[in-house]
Formats: sequence, structure tokens, C-alpha cells
Amino acid sequence: MKNLLKKIFLVDLVQGLWVTFRNQHPKHIYTEQYPIERPKVAERYRGAPRLNINPDNGETLCISCDLCAKACPENLIVVTSVRNEQTKRKDLTTFTYDTSRCMFCGLCEDACPVDALELTQDFELASYTREGLIWDRQMLEEGPRPTRYTS
Amino acid sequence: MAQTFLDSNELVLNMGPQHPSTHGVLRVILKLDGERVNGTECVIGYLHRGVEKIAESRTYQMFAPYVDRMDYVAAVSNGLGYVLAVERLINAEAPPRAQVARVILTELNRIASHLLWLGTHALDVGAITPLFYTLREREEVLKIFENYCGARLTTHAFRIGGLQYELYDGFEAEVNAFCDWFIPKIDEYEELLTNNRIWKDRLVGVGILNAADCKRYGVTGPVLRAAGVKWDLRKAQPYSGYEQYDFEIPVGTNADTYDRYLVRMEEMRQSIRIVRQAVAAIPDGPIMAKVAKVLKPPVGEAYVSIEAPKGELGYFVVSDGTINPYRVRVRPPSLINLQALDQMVKGALVADVVAIIGTLDIVLGEIDR
Repeated sequence: MKNLLKKIFLVDLVQGLWVTFRNQHPKHIYTEQYPIERPKVAERYRGAPRLNINPDNGETLCISCDLCAKACPENLIVVTSVRNEQTKRKDLTTFTYDTSRCMFCGLCEDACPVDALELTQDFELASYTREGLIWDRQMLEEGPRPTRYTS
Repeated sequence: MAQTFLDSNELVLNMGPQHPSTHGVLRVILKLDGERVNGTECVIGYLHRGVEKIAESRTYQMFAPYVDRMDYVAAVSNGLGYVLAVERLINAEAPPRAQVARVILTELNRIASHLLWLGTHALDVGAITPLFYTLREREEVLKIFENYCGARLTTHAFRIGGLQYELYDGFEAEVNAFCDWFIPKIDEYEELLTNNRIWKDRLVGVGILNAADCKRYGVTGPVLRAAGVKWDLRKAQPYSGYEQYDFEIPVGTNADTYDRYLVRMEEMRQSIRIVRQAVAAIPDGPIMAKVAKVLKPPVGEAYVSIEAPKGELGYFVVSDGTINPYRVRVRPPSLINLQALDQMVKGALVADVVAIIGTLDIVLGEIDR
């Protein structure tokens, strides 16, 4: 009898619609209006790589130790250097980072002993060409400059 | 009776690999007699990436991010399984603080995995609304992952010997707030589905796989528990300190699709219980054990299996004493659960196939590896 009444008065339907009605309130809206409102990613976000420079004199922090290249599972970092006879140290010449093969695991930044290589909060990495995804030293130091279609 | 006036009554129908309800690139060849399914054949391998082979040319630490890409819905659980296997190989153990953090993150991942399962399963069966709500709640879990380790899906959260990242400020508060906020949401899903007449009509008595058959196929996870077998590796062979937590193993009785839904809903509640206990008791101390930078485990082998959201996830790592593993074999729960599909589908209707694939909770990244 109770079951029949439930069926006649569509109790389960009303119950379900009540949940939908409760969630109508504007404060439950979760959609991000992406190009207009840019999401704030976490502090530890592993995005675009960056090669840090010393802010005082503009020199690179990288000591060309090649540890990041050795730690990378995909072998996508290539570091070249020349030995400076005066300081008895290696000077960085080129630093190539292939973001098209990168899976942003963060092993390279863990390996870096001087915090020169870092994965940053930039997440817009698209490019029109494959070559554009291979970042050289200058690009790594300056960071990506995605086209902003909104002000 | 169709046989009497037709020469052939069997229709072969391809479902997939681009069918949205196969949850990836699974191809199911259905042999149909009208609306009835006489038999199935699964074709897998469309997502094969050779992960196990890749392991042989990587060092132990380097391979850790690859395992996230197998079951990408529960990447943290995959990472835990691999890391525990290598830790057993080198005889190391993570410090207590790291172990508790691992438990919290894995249980949150179980919730995220079950939420995605619930949303897509309901969508397959015809209820669109729960998907929007479950993805909204899953977003909160992913935000915790993002704040913790900087990635949302393929997290690479754990390292061999402990953790790389220290728990961030306000982690406990955020997780506790999530727990408080999430429990009423489960009730909301239950309100939408549990007593819904259409939902029950589609699920009750569909895809029955009894306990004996489950054991015969090696099926684990919620599918086995819905058949009434109280088997959970977190209780049976505790790892990462699961023996300290007080939780129950939900079991079903009818071994049908509806019971599997109920079991998974209860599992989410139990996960919240574990997370609450773990967050209340995070010990201080280091997060990384002393592990060599270049790992050269002694010659030997280790097998560790953990209770992933989908079932028993095992990692078998063989070392030959060099820096690369000699072999890494994965026992994926989805692959072994999928074998039972043929038996579950036999005699069902075409529309039920979608519900049965959904209830198995498969992820093709894990099946094909």
C-alpha cells in the first residue's frame, strides 16, 4: 500500500528534483570562465620550466653540473658548457629543454643542487610549431609569453 | 523461436573502441540474438604504451612518474604500490610521518576514483545529474593534490623512501574541511540514486557474479566484496600502517550491480573515516628515509600488492643488481576484473552491457599499460 502511494505520488522523482533545486543557487556554480578569469594555480604547481638568474647581476645560477639531464626520465634536457680557465669552473653555453616530451614529473628540479632549474606556475605552453616547444636558454630564462586574447 | 524462420540468428556487433560507454578504447564484440547477448569477446591493446618495457631502461626513481599513467584516475595508489615494492627490495621503510601522509593521500584518491566511477556509471545508465555533482566534489580532492604536490592527475606524489614534499601549511585544516563538507554530499547522491525507481530497475539483478566465480576469475575489489567476500588487503595484509586505523569492510549480499554501487558508496564513507583518523595523528619527524641517490638494490625480487580503488594492484620488481630494474610486472585490477565480463554479460540485454562495463570500473590505461 505504502509502495503504491509512493509510486502514485512520484516520491523518488520529487526527492531527486529537490536535490537539483537545492543546487540551483548561484554560490554552487563552479565553472571557471577561463580566458576572462585566469585560474590561480597552487604554489607548488609544476608547469613551465624556468632557468633562474641572479637578480643582482643577471648571471645564470646554473653551474652546468648536468644533474638535471641525468635525472630526467625522458632525456630531454641537454646542457653544454665550456671550462673557464680563470675561475676553474664550467660556464654554461646552451641549455635546451624539450617541453613537448616533458611530463612535468619534477625530478629535474629535485635534482638541481642550486635551485636554478624550477617548474613554475605558468601553464600556457601551446605553440604553433614543434620547434616552438623546444626551449632554448633565453626562453627558459624569460619564461613563456602566451598571447593574451583578453585584457 | 527465431531459429525456426531465419537461417542465422546471430548478429555480431562491435561496441567500441570509440564508444563513449566503454570508458576508453575497449572494443567489445557482442554476439547478439535480438536484444539478448550470447557472448562477448574483448579486444584490448589500443592504449598499449609498453610501460613495463620502459621500466627496463629507466632507473628506479625515474620509473615512478610512469606508473601514474597506468591508472590515471587513481595515480596516487599506483605510485604507492610501486614505491612500496621498491622499498621492500632495498629493505627501506618510510618514516612514520611519510606513512601517515601516504595513507591520507591514497584514501583521498580512492574517493576521487569512486566519484568519477559514480558519475560516469550513472551517466551510462541514463542519469546525467550525478556526474555534475561528483565532478564538483572530485575537484576539491584534486585541489588538495595540486596544493600538495603541484599536479592534479598524474601526481608523482611519493618517492622511494618517503615523500619529496613536506605537507603544506593548512593541510590538516583543508582535509578536515573537505571531510566535513563531503559527508552530506554522499547523502545527496544517495538521495538521487539509491531509491530511484529507474536506477533500481536498471541495476538490481543485473550482472550477477557470485563469490565462487569471483574467486575463479581472480576478481578483487568492490566487485568481490559485493559478492559477500570480506577481503580487503588493507585488513588482510596491512601496508603503510593501515593496521592502526579503525574502519570496516562493506560487503554486499546479492553480488549484482546495485550491490556494487552500495559497496562503493560505503567505501567512500569508510575512506573519510580513515582520513579523519590519520589527519588527527600526523606524527612529527622526517619525511624521507636514508636512501641512496643512485639506487642499486641487491639481486632479488619483491612483490607488493595494495588495495587500489579498483581492486588488488600488485607490483613485481626484479633486480639484477644494476641501476635499472630487470623486470617490472604489474598486476592491474582492471584487466583481471574485465575477464569476468563475458560471464556477467551472458543472457543480459544490450543496454545492460553498458551498465556491467560501468560497474566493473575499468580504466583502459591500466588494462593495456
